[in-house]
Amino acid sequence: MEFLWDFFVAPFIDMIEFPIFLAEVAVSGLLTGVMYSLVALGFVLIFKASQVFNFAQGAMVLFAALTLVGLMEHGVPVWGALPVTAIVMVALAFAIERGMLRPLINQPPITLFMATIGLSFLLEGAGEWVWGSNVKALDLGIPNSPVDVGGMLLNEFDLIAALVAAVLVAALALIFQHTPMGRALRAVADDPQAALSLGISLRTIWIIVWSVAGVVAIVAGIMWGAKSGVQFSLSLIALKALPVLILGGLTSVPGAIVGGLIIGLGEKVAEVYWGPVIGGAIENWFAYMLAMLVLMFRPQGLFGEKIIERV
Amino acid sequence: MTLQSESVAGGGGEETAATPEALLRLDAVEVVYDHVISVLQGVSIAVPEGGIVALLGPNGAGKSTTLKAVSNLLRVERGDITGGQIHFRGERIDKLAPGDLVRRGIIQVMEGRRCFPHLTVHENLLTGSYTRKDGKAAVSADLERVYAHFPALAERRRILAGFISGGEQQMLAIGRALMSRPTMVLLDEPSMGLAPQVVARIFSEVRLLNREEGVTFLLAEQNANVALGVADYGYIMDSGQIALEGTAEELHGNPAVREHYLGLSHAADAASDEGGHAG
Repeated sequence: MEFLWDFFVAPFIDMIEFPIFLAEVAVSGLLTGVMYSLVALGFVLIFKASQVFNFAQGAMVLFAALTLVGLMEHGVPVWGALPVTAIVMVALAFAIERGMLRPLINQPPITLFMATIGLSFLLEGAGEWVWGSNVKALDLGIPNSPVDVGGMLLNEFDLIAALVAAVLVAALALIFQHTPMGRALRAVADDPQAALSLGISLRTIWIIVWSVAGVVAIVAGIMWGAKSGVQFSLSLIALKALPVLILGGLTSVPGAIVGGLIIGLGEKVAEVYWGPVIGGAIENWFAYMLAMLVLMFRPQGLFGEKIIERV
Repeated sequence: MTLQSESVAGGGGEETAATPEALLRLDAVEVVYDHVISVLQGVSIAVPEGGIVALLGPNGAGKSTTLKAVSNLLRVERGDITGGQIHFRGERIDKLAPGDLVRRGIIQVMEGRRCFPHLTVHENLLTGSYTRKDGKAAVSADLERVYAHFPALAERRRILAGFISGGEQQMLAIGRALMSRPTMVLLDEPSMGLAPQVVARIFSEVRLLNREEGVTFLLAEQNANVALGVADYGYIMDSGQIALEGTAEELHGNPAVREHYLGLSHAADAASDEGGHAG
């Protein structure tokens, strides 16, 4: 009886009694969610434009962070290391198009998926081979201290990270909606063969989306790396992005963003309010539980693109 | 099927196919899918500049494959040109990328219209100008030209293409192709699934574009009656080969052709105008 009370009633009483604390938990959850969103965004971009489920997205995050930290360890300042890392990621996109996508054109999706698994090992291996496998601290000089926002204590780094992510997403949205290249990209996402018949080069589009996904990986890598150090486990955040994708829908950019926020919020609130009742560690499985429920009741995801039927 | 093909073709296909002025010429083109399935077995076609040529025949005869061979869209479907040559303005084009073909002035309106459903009508039209390098002013002038040809599209320019009617989508697909400023349009099954009035409207637009703007058309159609109404010349395909060719009047007038290839026998004559058939 006491357990039921603790589980179903007490957490809500706590929430109502201390609304500021609830808000604090919620906002810090959302800020973590932003980072899930970023990783998921990389998946969605590549999946929409080339129907490839890119298992290597996590490895790309690790690779980007390793390159950045490695350069900085060799004395390159941040403002120099960032553009170099970006160039490396774009070069990687060219290499992936040439070495993986082009030879495997028209192969079934599962073949390409397997290829991206191989790619992820290649990237992890190459990154550690060049830069070493020890945990590296990534210090960008942004203070990791709590600040008071309207009575809530929030982490300053998280706030800046969320702001950067928001700017990045807004910039991408503008590019996709309002430039000829963005239009071509959406056309390819809708119907690659029809786009090809209009002279839109699929190779160019692939290079662009993999480059953009690479840049998104840099931002995600910096955020996660600065929080928990740049290390091998960084590539595992791809696994955290999977439930985000299931929740938001594989083909939806807004879905990736909202899905990440929901999962970040949900797992933090669950951990804080229900963790003590069942012994903690809810954060580790909450996202997958949620993904499973979504799969049962709404397999296309919350924002999975509706197929528009011809009238 | 035994037909007196000579009477229709007027002395074998070779002379016509070899006309030097032909804008587009296919010589004995062979296409194989998946390395084993032979779909085209030596197709030869000539399209003169400024003409409308119809490619007729039953479902699965190889009409779409022929058009895709010209536009180099086969690779996406695991198809390959294994023999023959394709020339455009005397230049060999069967190894060129689809984008290079569009830049040279050949564009295809694929079967089933293939508009981008999540782009607006306006954005769909703009995707057609992807390969152009002649500046915004020229592109927007052409946009107005397309809207003038198809006023229905102008009214719906802010609507997602997935939500407009089939006839409007066909106009959009043609308009989108026009945005590339083509010399020649390969038009695949424009009548598919459309009501007879809509089909008539689209074919009259094709004729208008041909007369007024000098656009050359190669038209693949199952609806032979409508297609021969606008075309100057026609080829009838059967099982991956050209079975017959001749001017539109010759083909239309030949009773054997009507019965065996065009499904235009006496009873079917009335029904053939309906245009609605499975693609």
